Amino acid sequence: MRIELTVNGERREADDVWEGESLLYALRERLGLPGSKNACEQGECGSCTVYMDGVPVCSCLVAAGQAQGREVTTVEGLAGDDGLDPVQQAFVECGAVQCGFCTPGFLVSTHDLLARNPSPSDPEIREALAGNLCRCTGYEKILDAVRAAASAGAQS
Amino acid sequence: MDFLAPSTWAEALAAKAERPDALPVAGGTDVMVELNFDHRRPDALLDLTRVPELREWAWDDGRIRLGAGVTYARVIAELGDRLPGLAMAARTVGSPQIRNRGTVGGNLGAASPAGDSHPALLAADAVVEIASAARGTREVPVAEFFTGVKRNALAPDELIAAVLVAPPAGPQQFCKIGTRNAMVIAVSAFGFALHPDRKEVGTGVGSAAPTPRRADAAAAFLAGELEAAGLWESRAALPDGLAAEFGRRVRDAAAPIDDVRGTAAYRLHTLSVMARRAATWAWDEHRRAA
Ligand SMILES: Cc1cc2nc3c(=O)[nH]c(=O)nc-3n(C[C@H](O)[C@H](O)[C@H](O)COP(=O)(O)OP(=O)(O)OC[C@H]3O[C@@H](n4cnc5c(N)ncnc54)[C@H](O)[C@@H]3O)c2cc1C
Ligand code: FES
Ligand code: FES
Repeated sequence: MRIELTVNGERREADDVWEGESLLYALRERLGLPGSKNACEQGECGSCTVYMDGVPVCSCLVAAGQAQGREVTTVEGLAGDDGLDPVQQAFVECGAVQCGFCTPGFLVSTHDLLARNPSPSDPEIREALAGNLCRCTGYEKILDAVRAAASAGAQS
Repeated sequence: MDFLAPSTWAEALAAKAERPDALPVAGGTDVMVELNFDHRRPDALLDLTRVPELREWAWDDGRIRLGAGVTYARVIAELGDRLPGLAMAARTVGSPQIRNRGTVGGNLGAASPAGDSHPALLAADAVVEIASAARGTREVPVAEFFTGVKRNALAPDELIAAVLVAPPAGPQQFCKIGTRNAMVIAVSAFGFALHPDRKEVGTGVGSAAPTPRRADAAAAFLAGELEAAGLWESRAALPDGLAAEFGRRVRDAAAPIDDVRGTAAYRLHTLSVMARRAATWAWDEHRRAA
């Protein structure tokens, strides 16, 4: 089947989509957006997290056909014309990225957290990132990056 | 595979009648895992996310009518005071991403013995509203909805429309045992409700029997003791040992197995502890509310 949706502000279409395939597969394999990662395909790791209609979801658990007509923002859509999003900048500066496989998901989840709650407490950060797994960093640098992005946001 | 995407409830029921083999998909948090891992290859998917009626909740004749497609995130944000037990259970489901997509209707559809909404719905005496194009609507008490491991009372042409829950007359509690505070399929779970208006107690046991089930004998015991001691009126402290005895009787209602998440013995032990605590917490809240 064919699906049409808005991805990162652009109208996109994909042909020959299999009815049972995930939005994650369609993004990566049909729309040339490999930023969202496929690590578990069962909702456990969060590396495929994207916004759909403004809400963070695991794109591996959305059927591509369910995204028909919806607005999707992937990690590729976070940076603006003037460079990286403050969340991305903070992850770079704090060393919150090692292999980087989990990073796209953490960026989207953190972006959503700070949009809803610009100065979260540590328990709120942990709660918001509970659905994102990282096998490398031990999370400390990721927490540092979220706090740094929050205080950068508070100053700007 | 066909992809059916009805945009109204009438169309959805017509599609299910015409294609009883079509697998409904709401949040997809159970269905997509099965598809991704090749555990299931239905001939058709019936996408319910474009049916506006399923995403609504409203007052209906003194009850909350919660559309089957309302997500956990919305139960938490919008219904924490009106469906407190269910909202407590919803807060323990998966992760933010899962709660943004997963629905109470999908939990009932999957009918897992470990589904977290089930103990809360059992304790609150919820009713499942089921519909088909041919026969219209019928109501099934949630205690009769689960018919076996991952089996429910739906006929092939039926869909879940909504859950009907009376607003709480007293405190409700939900407890869950797992290895982490997130992303946990319950090792065991317990839902509890005090119904001071009718001097009754509601219970729901999760992950400790082939289906979610109530602990009716334990509930009747506790309600009877409260009645006999005049506590419903006096709201005095619980007598020593009453909550613990209630916990032991809840344990007797379970029939758990050993599996990768825990042993049957551990499940029984945790149930008695959770039931004791839930009853104590709820009674304390009931006293404070006086
Ligand atoms: C990472 C992860 C963590 C999870 N954690 C938890 C947890 O902590 N607790 C818990 O209880 N569950 C958990 N789950 C399971 C799942 O999220 C829940 O069961 C959820 O409620 C399913 O809702 P859904 O809308 O996504 O259902 P779907 O996957 O869309 O559907 C589930 C089933 O219900 C059927 N169905 C859906 N809607 C209807 C309807 N209106 N009428 C008839 N049938 C219908 C479908 O055909 C399917 O059989 C988790 C899942 C994942 C992937
Ligand atoms: S790939 Fe989607 S959650 Fe892991
Ligand atoms: S940086 Fe490697 S998984 Fe997180």
